[in-house]
Amino acid sequence: MNRLQTLFQNKKNNILSVYFTAGFPKPETSVTIIRELEKQGVDMIEIGIPFSDPLADGPVIQHSSQIALKNGMSLSKLFKELENIRPEVKIPLLLMGYFNTVMQFGVETFCQKAAALGIDGVILPDLPLEVYEERYASMFDSYGIVPVFLVTPGTNEERIRKVDNLSKGFIYMVSSASTTGTKSGFHPKNIAYFQRVQSMRLKNPVLTGFGISNHETFTQACQFSQGAIVGSAFIKALQSNGTIQEAIAKFVASVR
Amino acid sequence: MSYQVNEKGYYGEFGGAFIPEMLYPNVKHLEQNYLKIIESESFQTEFVSLLKHYVGRPSPLYYSKRLSDKYGIRLYLKREDLNHTGSHKINNTIGQILMARHLGKKRIIAETGAGQHGVATATVCAREGLECIVFMGATDVARQMPNVEKMQMLGATVVPVQSGNKTLKDATNEAIRDWINHPDETHYIIGSVVGPHPYPDMVARFQSIISAEIKQQLLEQTGSPLPDSVIACVGGGSNAAGAFYHFLNEPNVKLIAVEADGKGLETGETAATMAAGRPGIIHGSLTLLMQTDDGQIVEPYSISAGLDYPGIGPLHSHLFKSQRALFIRATDDEALAAAFELTRMEGIIPALESAHALAALSKLSFKKDETVVINISGRGDKDMEAYRNHMKNIKNKEQENTQTKLSLNNEDVYTKGYTFPTDGTLVDFRKVTGLYIP
Repeated sequence: MNRLQTLFQNKKNNILSVYFTAGFPKPETSVTIIRELEKQGVDMIEIGIPFSDPLADGPVIQHSSQIALKNGMSLSKLFKELENIRPEVKIPLLLMGYFNTVMQFGVETFCQKAAALGIDGVILPDLPLEVYEERYASMFDSYGIVPVFLVTPGTNEERIRKVDNLSKGFIYMVSSASTTGTKSGFHPKNIAYFQRVQSMRLKNPVLTGFGISNHETFTQACQFSQGAIVGSAFIKALQSNGTIQEAIAKFVASVR
Repeated sequence: MSYQVNEKGYYGEFGGAFIPEMLYPNVKHLEQNYLKIIESESFQTEFVSLLKHYVGRPSPLYYSKRLSDKYGIRLYLKREDLNHTGSHKINNTIGQILMARHLGKKRIIAETGAGQHGVATATVCAREGLECIVFMGATDVARQMPNVEKMQMLGATVVPVQSGNKTLKDATNEAIRDWINHPDETHYIIGSVVGPHPYPDMVARFQSIISAEIKQQLLEQTGSPLPDSVIACVGGGSNAAGAFYHFLNEPNVKLIAVEADGKGLETGETAATMAAGRPGIIHGSLTLLMQTDDGQIVEPYSISAGLDYPGIGPLHSHLFKSQRALFIRATDDEALAAAFELTRMEGIIPALESAHALAALSKLSFKKDETVVINISGRGDKDMEAYRNHMKNIKNKEQENTQTKLSLNNEDVYTKGYTFPTDGTLVDFRKVTGLYIP
């Protein structure tokens, strides 16, 4: 059983996952950020691989990606930084990014390297379910890398079931039709969608992402799913004055 | 070898729909309906009628006597520059606005580089009475003001895009992001044969009227529907897709695509994707793409804003890999020289994009009296500033003949030419390009 499955077995609610862009705000801050997030009691971390053309991201993550690339971040550099992250850090770590960077690195080399470093899962929003299933599923499986897929308000029941069948960790429920960090708070329409997914009694746990920025939205999301993912709001917090450690402690306390 | 898209949305190994799940319902809905809609009688009747009475089709196929004499060939120019709004772009926007109506969409978005596709989209939206939002890189907004003003006069909202490098690639990203944020009511009118399946196929079908007419017109003028060569410029590749379409399965017709080489491949300031690119994913499509070793998409350069795109449509990647088409490149200077040649010898001022296609005349050798068709994709009004600058030096240019000839002719390239590995490994085309660099 991997760290993700252990987490979801031991904790059924209020799971907090935090996303950050590797290489932001400064070069070689990833390990510091990961350590501090774990120390502050975050349950899981999504490490963003910066990309020049992040289609699904709003201005905050676009900006952090640009800075990270200016800071010289790349997938090989990130892997180097993460070399000694295990066994020190115990919580599940995921990589999140766009498929082109992984494709250029080599999908199999990527899986191999990620597995060797103790990465538990991968989120690639622009790798379609069908392509994953046809070309990469057995490769990911053989390295024990768990794929995470998105469902959105527009995803029909049949497709949600398909995602559920392909998933081995959790399902990433995108809260509304939006890019990251662009909408805040939930409309009754979103709530109805959360309830619809909840009533499907999926095999996999569900985490809500997009539009989770504070205690209020986190709590609300946790009513309908096992937990929630914070990204853009955390990136903003990293830009506040003071040390990274202070910013993280303050931010996590404010969301919990 | 098939040059049509397969049922999964691929041309050979290229294409597909690499899109975030948020776009899946829209793209899937389009995929499931576009052929049915295009092939319906009501769609065809209206499409054909609008192309005739609104766009002004068929566009003439003009025999260029003086250039024919100069190059020892029989040269025909397909005059897409005479279309309403000044380029081939309107063929696609007419088709897509009808598509949007059939899909019940009320809000239209588009990306634009130089503004030609933006103007063509704003035009059909005005006619249809639909809301139109055009995303345009802030850098392009500043340098293409006349087109921005046209779009505004047509009632469109032009959104200057501040992300990334503020050009076409970023405008396309922003249009896709807008679509993610407004999925229900919006149709995205992509301007080229790029993007996720079914866009490349849909846009190619709308542009295929170009080659359908060429066949008919050649038959009338020469007694045969088939030319020896068809030449078109490629950025994303929509005018080339249209000009090649009905000749793809005619192996005796040579297809020649001309990419923009900016200041030359060796300077790095180029937009020649076939020479400088390798397979990757851009705007939802797996295709050849200019990128760093880490997979970051790089900003291309060309004097022509319409060819200034780091990727290329997946159909063209397939035509390149399968060697069905010959891809050559023309620099800024070669395109400018070709534009002036056509202007001074035939009284036709072409768009800078089309000038790249014309540059092939002095870069390739042709069989005596072979029939060559060049697609003049657009007119040069928008490029007057570049042409004005060029005129300052033109006297010097005319004195020394700097044009260089290719030592190989097309047949050499086709018969003795390069062979690509069949195992799918990548070709460093920079090594191969010696074949056509003098």
